[in-house]
Amino acid sequence: MSHLTDLPPWAALLVCGLMLVGAATTLIGSLGLLRLPDFYARLHAPTIATSGGTILLCLASILCFAVLQSRWVFHEVLIIFFVTVTTPVTLMLLGQATLYRDRFEEQQGVPRKQKPAPGEE
Amino acid sequence: MRTWFPYPLLSIALLLMWLLLSQSVTPGSIVLGLVVSTVLAWVTLNLQPARSRLHRWSRIAGFILRVVGDVIRSNIAVTLIILRAGRRPVNAGFMTVSLDLDDENALALLACVVTATPGTAWLEYDRRQKILLFHVLDIENEDLWRKTITRYAADLKEIFE
Repeated sequence: MSHLTDLPPWAALLVCGLMLVGAATTLIGSLGLLRLPDFYARLHAPTIATSGGTILLCLASILCFAVLQSRWVFHEVLIIFFVTVTTPVTLMLLGQATLYRDRFEEQQGVPRKQKPAPGEE
Repeated sequence: MRTWFPYPLLSIALLLMWLLLSQSVTPGSIVLGLVVSTVLAWVTLNLQPARSRLHRWSRIAGFILRVVGDVIRSNIAVTLIILRAGRRPVNAGFMTVSLDLDDENALALLACVVTATPGTAWLEYDRRQKILLFHVLDIENEDLWRKTITRYAADLKEIFE
C-alpha cells in the first residue's frame, strides 16, 4: 500500500488546499440550515455542500490517489455526477411538499396556484 | 438495432459507468459492461421514459461550461449570504418565469440545473400555462435570475428541439 507521506510537496499542498476549502464549504452549507430564516431559504443551503463541497473533496481525492499511484483515477467523477443529479430531486420533492402544505393551510406569503405574479410577461 | 439497443445513449453511459467502477478497460470488463448496459436498457424500456433527440451536439459543451461558471459564482454568493445572515436580513422570495420548453427530458435537466445551483430552487412548473415557480435566496437581483433561467431554457431548446 502507498502512504500519504510519499506525496510530493506540491501535490500535498494542493490536496490540503482542496480538502480545507471543500470542508469549509460543506460546513458553511450546514451552517446555512441553522442561520437561514424559513424552510424555502433553507432549501438553498445543502446545495452548497453538494455542489461545491463534494466537487472539491472529490477533486482532492482524485489528485491524491492519481499522484500516489501514478495513473489516472476517475471513478470519483461518478460520486460528483450522482450527488449532483440526485440531490436536486430530493430538494424539489421537499419543496413541493412544503408548498402543497402551506397552500393547504393557507399560509401567508406563499404564492397561490395558477395565479401568475403581476408584471409577468 | 432499435430492438437490441432501445436507448443507445443510456447504454453508452452505463457502459462508461461500468468501466469507471471496475477501473479497467480489459476486453473482459468491456464484454461484461456491454451485457449489463444492454440488459438494463431493456429493463428501462418497461418504464417507458419520454424519448428525446439531441439535435445540436455542439451546443452541449457551451451549456455545461455556462452552468459550471454559474454554479461557482453562486456558490460564492450564497456562502457570503449565509455568513452575513446574522447581520443582514436574508432577502429571499418567490419568482415566476414563463418557459418555452416542451421536451420532458429538457425540463428535467433544467430542473436539476436550477436546483443544483445554490441560490435558486425549482418549486413548481405549470404545464398548461408554462409558468415556472421558483425560489431565490437573493431576490434583489430578480432580473438577473430571470435572464439566467430564460437563457438556460433557450439553450436547452436549441439542444433538444
